[in-house]
Amino acid sequence: MSIMQYNGGCLVGMKGKNCVAIASDRRFGVQALGLSTNFQRMFSVNNRLYYGLAGLGTDVQTLSEKFRMSVNMYNLKEERDIAPTTFASLVSSTLYERRFGPYFSEPVIVGLEKDDTPFICAMDLIGCINFAKDFVVTGTSSEQLYGMCEALWEPDLEPEDLFETISQAMLNAVDRDALSGWGAVVHVITPTQVITRTLKGRMD
Amino acid sequence: MEVLIGITGKDFVLLTADTTSARSIVIMKQEEDKTRELNKHNLLLTIGEAGDAVQFAEYIQRNIKLYEIRNGVPLSTKAVAAYTRREMADSLRSRNAYQVNILIGGVDPKTGTPELYWSDYLAASQKMPFATQGYASYFVMSTMDRYWRPDLSLAEARALLQKCFDELKKRFIGNLPSFLIKVVDKEGIRTID
Repeated sequence: MSIMQYNGGCLVGMKGKNCVAIASDRRFGVQALGLSTNFQRMFSVNNRLYYGLAGLGTDVQTLSEKFRMSVNMYNLKEERDIAPTTFASLVSSTLYERRFGPYFSEPVIVGLEKDDTPFICAMDLIGCINFAKDFVVTGTSSEQLYGMCEALWEPDLEPEDLFETISQAMLNAVDRDALSGWGAVVHVITPTQVITRTLKGRMD
Repeated sequence: MEVLIGITGKDFVLLTADTTSARSIVIMKQEEDKTRELNKHNLLLTIGEAGDAVQFAEYIQRNIKLYEIRNGVPLSTKAVAAYTRREMADSLRSRNAYQVNILIGGVDPKTGTPELYWSDYLAASQKMPFATQGYASYFVMSTMDRYWRPDLSLAEARALLQKCFDELKKRFIGNLPSFLIKVVDKEGIRTID
C-alpha cells in the first residue's frame, strides 16, 4: 500500500464571495484499522489564514510544528501577519527542501488576502503549487472530492451557502472511501469572523 | 506478538503490557517489565524492535528526569507526549530509526484528569480514551468501543481489561499467559492484579 494511504484522510478548500472554506475529515487509522475519530488535520496560521495537511500522520504533525515555528519567527521579525501567498511560498519551499526524501503530506491552504480577496491553493508532496480559481482537494478521497466539488460548486457563494456546499462535498465523498470519514470539521473564513462547525456524518 | 493496552477512567489511567520476552520461537522470560516511570504521574510503555524498545524508553525516561532536575517542576502528560513524539520523529529520517510503538499514560497531579497518548514507530501521536499497540488492536479495540465509558471506576476498568484478556485468549493465536497491570492516578503509579 502506498505510504500516502497509510493513515488516510482528506481535505477540501473552496472559494466563495469574499469568503473561503476548508473542511477535513477526522479519521486516523493504520491501514484498515481505524484508531481515532479526532485527528487534527487543519491548523490556523492566523484568523484569516488556515491550512490543512493530508497524508502520513507523522508528517502532518511534524510539518504543522515546523510551520508554527516558521510563522512565529516571521511574526517576530516582520512584526506583521503573514500573507497567504507568502505562506504558500513558505510551505512550498519547506517541502521542496526535501525533494529527494520528501515529507509524505500534501497541503491545502485557504485564506483572505489583505484586501479581503479570497485565496486558495494546494500542493503536491514536493511543493508544486496549484493556485486554483474554484476549489482544491487532497487526500485519499481526492478523486471523489473532485467529482463532488465539480458538481456542487458555483462561483460567488455566500458564507452560509459555501458552508452547505463544502459540507455536502466532503460528507458524500468520504462515504465512498474506506480510509476517510469518521467525522468532519469545517472552517468558514470571512473578513469579520471564522465559523467552525463539526459535521454529523456516517461513522462507518 | 507483544501487546500494550491502555484505558482511561474517571481519574486514573489503567495500563498493561504483556510480560513475555521472546526471540523467534523461544520464550526467554515471563516476567519482563515493558514500562518505565517517567515521573511521579507519567508512565511509558514500549514494544517493538529488540533493543530499541528498551533503549528508547530509558533515553526518554532519563531526559524527562533531567528536565525535572534542571527546572524543578515535572512535565505534564501532554508535554511528555509531545517531547517523545519529537524525539521519535527526529530519529525517523536518520540513519537508524527507533522502531518502537508506545503508549504514554498520565494524570494531572492537581485535578487527576487522565490522559493517554498512542504513538506508533512513525511518530504519529494521538490522544485517545483507550488504546492498544500490537496485534491486540484488531481484537480489543472493538471490545473497548462497546464497553468503555468516560467515567469508569477502577473496578469497572479492570473488568473491561479482563474482557480484553479473555478476547485475546479466545481469538488470538499468540499465547500471552501473563500481563503486568499498572494504575496511574493522583497518588502515583502502582501495580495491581
